[in-house]
Amino acid sequence: MAGFDKRVASYEEAMEGIESGMTVIAGGFGLCGIPENLIAEIKRRAVTDLTVVSNNCGVDGFGLGVLLEDRQIRKILASYVGENAMFEQQMLNDEIEVVLTPQGTLAEKMRAGGAGIPAFYTATGYGTPIGEGKEVREFNGRHYILEEAITGDFAIVKGWKADRYGNVMYRHTAQNFNPMAATAGKITVVEVEEIVEPGELEPSQIHTPGIYVDRIIQGSFEKRIEKRTVRS
Amino acid sequence: MALTREQMAQRVARELEDGFYVNLGIGIPTLVANYVPDGIDVMLQSENGLLGMGRFPTEEEVDADMINAGKQTVTARPGAAIFSSAESFAMIRGGHVDLTVLGAFEVDQEGNIASWMVPGKLIKGMGGAMDLVAGAENIICTMTHASKHGESKLLEKCTLPLTGAGCINRVLTDLAYLEIKDGAFILKERAPGVSVEEIVEKTSGRLIVPDHVPEMTFEAE
Repeated sequence: MAGFDKRVASYEEAMEGIESGMTVIAGGFGLCGIPENLIAEIKRRAVTDLTVVSNNCGVDGFGLGVLLEDRQIRKILASYVGENAMFEQQMLNDEIEVVLTPQGTLAEKMRAGGAGIPAFYTATGYGTPIGEGKEVREFNGRHYILEEAITGDFAIVKGWKADRYGNVMYRHTAQNFNPMAATAGKITVVEVEEIVEPGELEPSQIHTPGIYVDRIIQGSFEKRIEKRTVRS
Repeated sequence: MALTREQMAQRVARELEDGFYVNLGIGIPTLVANYVPDGIDVMLQSENGLLGMGRFPTEEEVDADMINAGKQTVTARPGAAIFSSAESFAMIRGGHVDLTVLGAFEVDQEGNIASWMVPGKLIKGMGGAMDLVAGAENIICTMTHASKHGESKLLEKCTLPLTGAGCINRVLTDLAYLEIKDGAFILKERAPGVSVEEIVEKTSGRLIVPDHVPEMTFEAE
């Protein structure tokens, strides 16, 4: 890898260094904008005891759901874990630890983690089970709870276009958690639909600047739709 | 007669004001988008990162990269903006959304809401609901007034784990439109043909009944 060229030649190389017990932060909302090939590579490597941070856990047989098949996930932080029968079963059997986290708090935990902010106060969850055991402070007559930032050993991200320096753009609502995830990994791996030459992306349109990105790979994507809804 | 889901959506839609940014939850709240009054323009916020949600796509327009917070394929209307989840919740927590409409299992007279978990049954998660109720000043809760077994869902104190504390100020049920203020439900309107007595009987929290409780009216569709 020379200079700022972040490209890697294979998915094997893209996930080099991932080990059992590591924390992986994943972008995506439902099945939209998920790094599906990087997830497949984690499955192929058969690493276990992973802590996964992601808004959802995929569905049976797709997305992060495939990592449940061989019990590779020990703990997950997510805001919503419906739509997945295998997940429910492992949760009921205590085979997986689930830390349900409000969606905005989850996004901010990633953002703060990547931005060097160790913790932040939010009103979200005050007075609910989410706030139990957390530090409370009052600002201007309102109560807030202290939530801690998250960083990962790896961040896995799905982009639309990137240049080889690792500048990334996302497409439509496939953006979601990806920009925050990209900032919060010790090693951030981004898979995209197209890698272009530096200079082809308009600098002011870049969502994730290359400084956050360690590895870039171009892949092909199934992009499964969870709830196809059309108007008649 | 209790209100239909469509009538509930219609009634909530009367609370929309021109220029409102609105977040609609899953279920009855989603239907509110079908009843935006003529001459009023609202911008729908979907917490996965879309401000200006449009109609569902045609078969040709379906795009896997374009979904709403309910994971349904959608379109963006002209003038829409798309952004990250952190940006989306910055506008929610920061109080920039003018109106939030969401469903609930229980609401109590202190404005507490329970909507995300029934212990002993399956827990799916709160999604963005906790952030939405913590961030909005203007929230309408839509729910049935009582369970199938006739048990009130408008309580003195919520029994289920809370989504948010002291944050709900308006409730629309299939029987009534109520405000919550100073530790009580205030009956503002009743569904057509529903008596004040029935609402009193099905409300277990403290209920204030004014001398005159107007009946809602709906135009024939």
